[in-house]
Amino acid sequence: MSDTQMANPKNQLLDASDITDSKLEDLMGRMMSRQVDRGELYFQSFRNESWALEEGMVKDAGFSVSRGVGARAISGEKSGFAYADDIRPEVLEQTTSAAKSIARQGSGKVAHVEATRDVPMFYGTSDPITSVSQDDKVALLSRIDRFARSLDPRVKEVSVRIAATHESVFIYSSDGISNGDVRPLVRFSVSVIAEQNGRREQGMSGGGGRHDLKWLFEGENAEDFAREAVRQALVNLDAIDAPAGPLQVVLGPGWPGVLLHEAVGHGLEGDFNRKGTSAFSNRIGQQVASPLCTIVDDATIPNRRGSLSMDDEGTPGQKTVLIEDGVLKGYMHDKLNSALMGTSSTGNGRRESYAHQPMPRMTNTFMLAGESDPEEIIKSVDFGVYAVAFGGGQVDITSGQFVFSATEAYLIENGKKSSPIRGATLIGNGPEIMTRVSMVGNDLELDRGVGVCGKEGQGVPVGVGQPTLKVDEITVGGTST
Amino acid sequence: MNTTKGEIQPGVDFQEPHTRQDEESLKGFVERILAEAKRQGATAAEVAAGDDIGLSVVVRSGDLETVEFSRDRGFGITVYLGNKKGSSSTTDISDDSIRESVEAAVNIARYTEPDPYSGLADPDRLATEFPDLDLYHPRPMDVDEAKESALIVESSAESVDSRIFKCDSSRIGAASACTAYGNSLGFIHAERESRYNMLADVIAKDSDGMQRDYWYSTSRNAAELDSPTSVGETAANRALKKLDPRPIPTGEYPVLFDRGIASGVIGHLISGLGGRAQYLKSSYLLDSMNKKIATDALTLREHPHLKGALGSRSYDSEGVATTEKPFVEDGVVRNYVLSSYSGRHLDMPTTGNASGVCNLTVEADLQPIEDILKQMGTGLLVQSLMGQGVNIVTGDYSRGAAGYWIVDGEFAHAVDELTIAGKLDDMFMRLVAFGDDVDLRNSIRTGSLLVESMTVAAN
Repeated sequence: MSDTQMANPKNQLLDASDITDSKLEDLMGRMMSRQVDRGELYFQSFRNESWALEEGMVKDAGFSVSRGVGARAISGEKSGFAYADDIRPEVLEQTTSAAKSIARQGSGKVAHVEATRDVPMFYGTSDPITSVSQDDKVALLSRIDRFARSLDPRVKEVSVRIAATHESVFIYSSDGISNGDVRPLVRFSVSVIAEQNGRREQGMSGGGGRHDLKWLFEGENAEDFAREAVRQALVNLDAIDAPAGPLQVVLGPGWPGVLLHEAVGHGLEGDFNRKGTSAFSNRIGQQVASPLCTIVDDATIPNRRGSLSMDDEGTPGQKTVLIEDGVLKGYMHDKLNSALMGTSSTGNGRRESYAHQPMPRMTNTFMLAGESDPEEIIKSVDFGVYAVAFGGGQVDITSGQFVFSATEAYLIENGKKSSPIRGATLIGNGPEIMTRVSMVGNDLELDRGVGVCGKEGQGVPVGVGQPTLKVDEITVGGTST
Repeated sequence: MNTTKGEIQPGVDFQEPHTRQDEESLKGFVERILAEAKRQGATAAEVAAGDDIGLSVVVRSGDLETVEFSRDRGFGITVYLGNKKGSSSTTDISDDSIRESVEAAVNIARYTEPDPYSGLADPDRLATEFPDLDLYHPRPMDVDEAKESALIVESSAESVDSRIFKCDSSRIGAASACTAYGNSLGFIHAERESRYNMLADVIAKDSDGMQRDYWYSTSRNAAELDSPTSVGETAANRALKKLDPRPIPTGEYPVLFDRGIASGVIGHLISGLGGRAQYLKSSYLLDSMNKKIATDALTLREHPHLKGALGSRSYDSEGVATTEKPFVEDGVVRNYVLSSYSGRHLDMPTTGNASGVCNLTVEADLQPIEDILKQMGTGLLVQSLMGQGVNIVTGDYSRGAAGYWIVDGEFAHAVDELTIAGKLDDMFMRLVAFGDDVDLRNSIRTGSLLVESMTVAAN
């Protein structure tokens, strides 16, 4: 990851449009002329390619490009925002002028905008779309289709998808930021349907990260996803009705960390806490979880799906301790909310694209390993549920209530994993559930890189993770009473 | 598309942004892309292009919080090389971009495999009549006017009760869109449509905790939005009614889905009738044509040509004419939800639903909500649902829920942190009452729906 790779996003985004440094200074000066606290220009280009196989055929593939600029003027709690899908000087003038119409008063300082600063980079910059040939992508899809079908005659349908994106951003703002980032992202997924005695069940698996597509061709990486999807579908063919009501629940390592994302992550985002509308508001320094829980948000793990060398406001990616030994340590911040709360950004200011405004968002959020042997955790449960795969979750930050939906789960009877159970939603109250974490495993895993987090209509890639853990009581939404 | 008219101008934000001329230039743009596709060797092609202009104003604490001007332009092209297909899309509308996008799509089509079902719609299905569906009501709206309305929404919400902690945001949105679709069979058409929204997001608080709820009004015609006072008060009253939730025992109870979420329940049935779910054999309603899948009392019919309705359209995303038709009649499946592709795959004609259902309407014996509550007696009225726990392959349904506990047909207290679970096929067989409180804010038009019994799990 040399400097020559780093220098490109600005040139790539601006040179073709004849936007010079002096033009940027001039635009920023004008945006600040009606005395806003901070002005910001966000230039972005985004290229995506995806290939899909179903019914044994590579039927469908698409390529998309978007490119544009978002201008934001901030005055206290107020934001003016405008964007354009066109990076030309005259469009930029109109866009900045629209954005600044929000502010009629403010401090109006323009900091000295520095030249590009070096920030540590947590991923490479090369284009994943061209990292392997089209022939190889098509061949891989077909190979994985045949492989999945070969694993078991009960496999009836196989869908395989490869997606790769290459994103470049350049941020120029009145508080001294002039910096760019190049972000690769790939995702591979396999979905199968298995049939037995007329019953059909689905299994899914996938992964990826901020790297290129060669990873899929290393060892049996791609085959492993197919094995996992087939295994899950076959398990579900034997699933019985899930129990209904409050139960002890053991959550497996990795992707079940979606629990933390919903139960505490969103509630610790700075915007809700500045406004006092989170179930975790005004609780810094308090015990909000069992002493076994230490939870971090970490943008700095190399090549992870949620990692960021810098966020969408130019703040370097960092590791933030949210909860340490059960005590609430800090929130995740963007610039606007941290300034209003008298603190600084934690590098969590993210946006879906130039056409969306940044807000505090998670990166990779996970619980650190504890000391229990995962086997011992299961053994400690007389009757409960062991959930190892989830579809997704949702939270109401204000009440603290959250759900997440299991796609692979088992009963635990007399300390042993027994029958698989049908998909069920689990529901709880974040602050309450975290105090009921009674055992934490020594087997921390991060998810394999499939998460998309949605907030106010904006989707961003994130990572989650956790060791095996036991929650003493959570409501299981089955049908068997 | 090449004109600079309609660029973002502070002050005059929304002054009839799209004209007839814009439709013509967008059609011209589509034709240029189709010509480029032909030049590059595509044997067939289709293009959709759009130009959306929007203004969104959010008020909080008696002042503007956000003002957002949006302008989205772009196009998507699908090319065919015989039965092989490739697609691309972009927000860049320059001539260079047209050439590059077509190249990208053609390049992809060289690598995809021949698919006997792929291709444009059959020519005889393409729409030939374009009635005025009353979808476009442009009106000037600037930031100051939107701010005034949003302030009324906020003050109306906050003055309802001392337990209203905050109107967390009140939002006014206005959008105008011009879209065009054309294909190499000679079909080309453009349309304009408008949409206005007003929303209140309110937090109520008492010694027990905080509860959030929202309400919104949406219409193609700004004059037909609910009043700002009514939107603010409705949201506030909903949040208040969620305060002080109390426990109920886990058990089997009647479940009444409120009008605001009932369309989602109908949507699961429609997903099961989707063409792709059928040909991939991944639907709990597999091979259900002409079979009984719901109570006799239920008919689901789409009315794509209703004037001014949110889901109205005269053709789908392939140019196929939309038609009034039942999907379910007296509980029996009469149509799947098909595109040309899924239709060919299933050996059926397209139903003109490549872009989904249009004003799908529950036709049943609609009753006043008070009568339905009496009929239910004791049970759960679900106001909000959480999570993704719906499996269309198996029909397993398990979702987070909050709402009101009803005893003897009367509101008893709020309930939350519940799950409701069942099987979709069973739920539709056991739909026992249909509310006359039809929600017109959605392309699926239904009132409240009563399911005879589901499993409710509580803490």
